[in-house]
Amino acid sequence: MTAILQILFDALSLGSLYALGALGIALIFGVMRLVNFAHGDYIAFCVFAMLWPSIDAAAIVFAGNLPTYLLIPLILCVGAGLSVLSEILVFRRFRNANPATMMIASFALGFVIKYLLLMLYSSRPKSIDLWSNLSQQIEIFGARIPPLQVITICTTIVILLALTAFLKRTRYGLEMRAAAENFTMARMLGVRANLVIMLAFALSGMLAAAVGLILVTQTGTVDINMGANIMLVAFVATVIGGLGSLPGAVIAGFLIGGLSSLMQAYLPADARPFRDAFVYGAVIVMLIWRPNGLFSSKAAKQRV
Amino acid sequence: MQHRPSIIARTWSTPVILIAILLAVALAAVAAGSGPFNQTVIEIFIRVVLVVGLYVFIGNSGVISFGHIGFTCLGAYMTAWLTMLPAIKKSKLKGLPDIILNAKLQYGWGLLAATVFAAICAYVIGKVLMRLSGIAASIASFAVLAVIIQVYSNWDSVTGAQSSVVGIPIVRTIWPYFLCAVIVVAAAYLYSISRSGLALRAARDEATAAAASGVDIPRERLIAFVISGAMMGLGGALFAHSVGVVTPDTFYLGLTFVTLSMLVVGGMNSLSGAVLGVVVLSIIIQVLRWLEKGIDAGFGVISIPNGVQEIAIGVVMIVILMFRPTGMTRNRELVWPGNKLSADAGALPSPADGKTLKT
Repeated sequence: MTAILQILFDALSLGSLYALGALGIALIFGVMRLVNFAHGDYIAFCVFAMLWPSIDAAAIVFAGNLPTYLLIPLILCVGAGLSVLSEILVFRRFRNANPATMMIASFALGFVIKYLLLMLYSSRPKSIDLWSNLSQQIEIFGARIPPLQVITICTTIVILLALTAFLKRTRYGLEMRAAAENFTMARMLGVRANLVIMLAFALSGMLAAAVGLILVTQTGTVDINMGANIMLVAFVATVIGGLGSLPGAVIAGFLIGGLSSLMQAYLPADARPFRDAFVYGAVIVMLIWRPNGLFSSKAAKQRV
Repeated sequence: MQHRPSIIARTWSTPVILIAILLAVALAAVAAGSGPFNQTVIEIFIRVVLVVGLYVFIGNSGVISFGHIGFTCLGAYMTAWLTMLPAIKKSKLKGLPDIILNAKLQYGWGLLAATVFAAICAYVIGKVLMRLSGIAASIASFAVLAVIIQVYSNWDSVTGAQSSVVGIPIVRTIWPYFLCAVIVVAAAYLYSISRSGLALRAARDEATAAAASGVDIPRERLIAFVISGAMMGLGGALFAHSVGVVTPDTFYLGLTFVTLSMLVVGGMNSLSGAVLGVVVLSIIIQVLRWLEKGIDAGFGVISIPNGVQEIAIGVVMIVILMFRPTGMTRNRELVWPGNKLSADAGALPSPADGKTLKT
């Protein structure tokens, strides 16, 4: 029983992380058909924003020393700011380009951000102590669980509820959903394209910042490649969920998290290093069965 | 239409010009006769193989693939397994099958085996990937790359995991590399004027019309995927023999980024773009490398910080995509100046420039 509970918590907290990442990708894909390859680098950038630029081995914590109630909004703003900035400087010029061109541009942008971090902070991973007491385990119903997992799960639920409320109950949310459904038509009916797209980028950047904060608390290290793995899972989740479907992306994120935790627990020890390979293998097998994903939306379907 | 010259008669000058460019680069290396410059030229030929390999799939199908460097990794390890001394393999890579463990082949056979192995893997993977639509296929190809790299960086007994595999015979003369680059350019040209290549280009530009005219899009994409996978495998094997060391990390996002940027800067949909992109970006990279190392300017050593090289390439790539998405060549092929036929026909049967990339 306790073992199952432990796996359940692992699965939910890992799934939360993946779901938040997938949501950040799906939001932008929804409004402008952009697969944002720079998302993983947004995550890393937000975490590095807590440090003072230096190429020393030891991390010089700067903004990270702020009290929690200031730090979290600050990092969220950094994420949103970076994301909106990249929209204004780069992606705005690709509004009329096809998705493949935009995808390559975002790939290049990701590299520029990553090597900017490398230039400022060097490529060595650094350790940083952020809320490390959250990783000390406590007992819940006999299972030993770090409070961070509980906080991760709760935060994700809150974020998902807030986002749902925003999308369903506010005018901006309505505009965003309309834009995701049919961008040209939405513009003709008075949706302001720039506003909606910038909003989507800001939300996506904040989600990246949230993922970054959770990741750095979990691992205690900062690394310029820290976002790459989450981003890959998030991509795969958006494909499984059906490109352009927000609920699909979230559910698929949780599914992948669950699958990974199950494999981590039940695979033989020799095969465990290959866990992710098995997960992606399963995903590819699933795509043979449903090439358009589990919850494909109308917008993503091709004519041929 | 009876008097219309055949497609080869209209387009043959393109591969000839490209091979002449490669020959000029090779002769420059021979004339200079310096070791480091020789190595740079070898690097250029390897990149030509890789980028032309990418072009065969991306350029003809219009589907962006982020996974091709995975085949490069497969090829590099395959030639390493076959050509290293059995004694080294027995101590480091015990898990290999006996037949490979005891093999000690010439590097030529290693290159061939790498090519065939990568082609077989590309067939199996492509069978699945080509069912997906454009964007989903791009993302799935990225996942394939991650799977390959993860398996190779953890399978200790066969690939030595994260530690580098050393002791691969090093080939220092430029001619084998030159020959491979020429073969790959010629093969890419022949493919793009073949029936399958033409069908795939038609599907890239107007999927609906092509499908309605009887083009089996997944099948044509698979053919291109296998050919380009084989070229990527060959490039990986050449890479292994040029430096003598392979690690899985070499074949991850960094190399994907460099090769893709060369293709984009040159012009994604043209063979000339692939070759020219390699030459131009290689020169930029080399200059930036010198600057990163530092040059003596008389009053002290001037150097630029690490990372500027990648940032510069990234910025060049974004700017090209913004202002000239068809690349330096505008997706046209190089043709013999004054060759009326070629000029009329616009070299390789290429569509109007501009909106040619569809997914």
